Amino acid sequence: MIQVTATPAVPAGGGRHPAAPSGGDAPDTPADDRLEDLTPEQLAAQWEDEKPPAAGALANAASSLVVVGVGTGALVLSVVMGLGTPAAPQPGLWPFMISCVMVVLGLFQLIIGRHNRDAEKFTRMSLAPLTGLVTLAAMVALMPVIGFELPALVLCVIWMRFLGGETWRSTVLVSAIVVAAFYAIFVLALNTSIPHLF
Amino acid sequence: MDFLNPVINGFAVVLEPSNLLYCLIGVVIGMLIGVLPGLGPAATIAILLPLTYNVEPVTAIIMLAGIFYGAQYGGTITSVLLRLPGEASSVVTVFDGYQMAKQGKAGTALGLASIGSFIGGTAAIIGLTFLAPIVASFALDFGPAEYSALALLGILLVATISNGAKTKALIAAAVGLLLATVGRDIFTGESRFTFGNLELADGIDFVPIAMGVFGLGEILYNLEERHRAAKAPSKVTNVWPSRTDLKQASGAIARGSVLGFFLGILPGGGATIASMASYAMEKKRAKQPERFGKGAPEGVAGPETANNAAATSSFIPLLTLGIPANATMALMFGALLIQGVTPGPQLVEQDPELFWGVVNSMYIGNILLLIMSLPLVGIFVKILRVRAAILAPVTALITLLGAYTINNSMFDVTLVVVFGIVGYLMKKFGFEPGPLVLAFVLGSLLESSLRRSLLVFGGDPTGFLTRPISATLLLVFVLVAVLPGIRTVLAKRKTVPVGQPVTTKIKEKV
Repeated sequence: MIQVTATPAVPAGGGRHPAAPSGGDAPDTPADDRLEDLTPEQLAAQWEDEKPPAAGALANAASSLVVVGVGTGALVLSVVMGLGTPAAPQPGLWPFMISCVMVVLGLFQLIIGRHNRDAEKFTRMSLAPLTGLVTLAAMVALMPVIGFELPALVLCVIWMRFLGGETWRSTVLVSAIVVAAFYAIFVLALNTSIPHLF
Repeated sequence: MDFLNPVINGFAVVLEPSNLLYCLIGVVIGMLIGVLPGLGPAATIAILLPLTYNVEPVTAIIMLAGIFYGAQYGGTITSVLLRLPGEASSVVTVFDGYQMAKQGKAGTALGLASIGSFIGGTAAIIGLTFLAPIVASFALDFGPAEYSALALLGILLVATISNGAKTKALIAAAVGLLLATVGRDIFTGESRFTFGNLELADGIDFVPIAMGVFGLGEILYNLEERHRAAKAPSKVTNVWPSRTDLKQASGAIARGSVLGFFLGILPGGGATIASMASYAMEKKRAKQPERFGKGAPEGVAGPETANNAAATSSFIPLLTLGIPANATMALMFGALLIQGVTPGPQLVEQDPELFWGVVNSMYIGNILLLIMSLPLVGIFVKILRVRAAILAPVTALITLLGAYTINNSMFDVTLVVVFGIVGYLMKKFGFEPGPLVLAFVLGSLLESSLRRSLLVFGGDPTGFLTRPISATLLLVFVLVAVLPGIRTVLAKRKTVPVGQPVTTKIKEKV
């Protein structure tokens, strides 16, 4: 199993497919024989089709609003810090300038970028990174308490078995080897102070 | 021959056993991540930044540089054998490389790519050797005003030349600049944006941001990608191209070297753009352009040469001006800063061992890579069988544990996870993470030189226009910023909007 990541630099969903599916996943096309004789253009188009569906105007607006919000917040805080003059600047002047630029860019994006198709839709597949994130957060929370070994083992098992679809046998085997290797490297060889149980 | 003395001394630095070892480690890792689709060189370098804390600066950069140009070699292998580009800079190689493999000439394609990469890389090192000191001596007179203008232009170019929406890239850059202001103000000593948090008082470290946004963000994003079955690669035989193949590709290799070298120097340029430009150029120049896409050796040799030449020459702006030309160079910049070395025009003079050590290590690295990609290519083809499902948790764990070792603090680990979320969401919403990291790296330099020059000019911003170099740079800045906007407006007037994208049925969780 190999993942494609370095697909060509085209926006998600692609502007050339205005009628791209707005719900559900793009078809999962396996690289089979009938696709062997594609021209570069067809190949690029196929890569484009396999990208996650593009998100709609709401997602674009939301991301722009976040930018405007953060920019406005920083702007207010900068003014509170004091601006001073260009000749005698106070700490707030430079952040003030950046946050002004940010707010302007955010507003610009809010209006002009409404129909951009470079944002990706959250699909059922997005549950994988969410699960991954939860395990990472759990590991960060548990590491100082019970050391890194058990959380790391659990993380490996979840990522390999449930996110990666490995068999139980290879999951357990590889996870154990991975954790043992990390223990050997970080604790035994490098003697770092990483919290560990054993 | 005074000029050559430090160059030769540089070889003495490279030949130290530890440097040779780290060069080998770097290029092997580069080759591996090039072969394994998933992590790119920028993400790998970010994840491995903690490794560089305990070694000499020159050793650290030799290794990181090896990862970068090694990935250009490795990315070819999957493009040719599986039609899956290992790196973005090898995407165009797929078109003709895979067709050559289907015609039973996989070995030839790989061989041509390696030889082209070697020639392109080596030519670019030679170019770097002669051009870098000249650029550096020119830049020695740069004052704060020139540096402000240069940094602004660098950030703008990287943001506008990057893929995807330009406004979003600029927003990412602004966020990076803002993040750089967190912590103590260097001029007044007042705390900014720390919200009373002591851990933030010294500012946010570069390493957790890079590890989070580039490393963990990328890992999380990859979890979502559809898994696609890769066919077991056919056995690769006869990697040595025939004389006719070499003759056919020699022009492409020569042109690719020159094109890649110059595109690599430009801010925002780099390996990916160079490979695409080279493919386009070869197709245009060819007497029978219809051969392209059907297994033309030039279509493999040209882009692969160009991406290596560009990877090498993109070190020029970093090592001579202190301005990173792309996201990977921003990571190198950060790695040097951690080591207490500020890249800039004074580097050639003040730290010749570091400068020439790094430059000359690339000769060794390229030779190592040539060996690995011709006689030893079979080993790397076998590595293709390692599954992404197994790699992902391993890289995630390396990132978390590595982040802990920076300062032995869980705070850094938490920061990495937080910036990992930021990086993932940025990718989802179409914001390039590169400009953020680049702007963050340049942020404090930009602020301090801006404020210093304003002090010199007595608070008058028009002072920037009284100095010829900074005025020119700012003029270019304005041109780059305004021209695309004007062009779109003109283009929009010409075309009547037809068939606006359908935007119904939106049910995202945001």
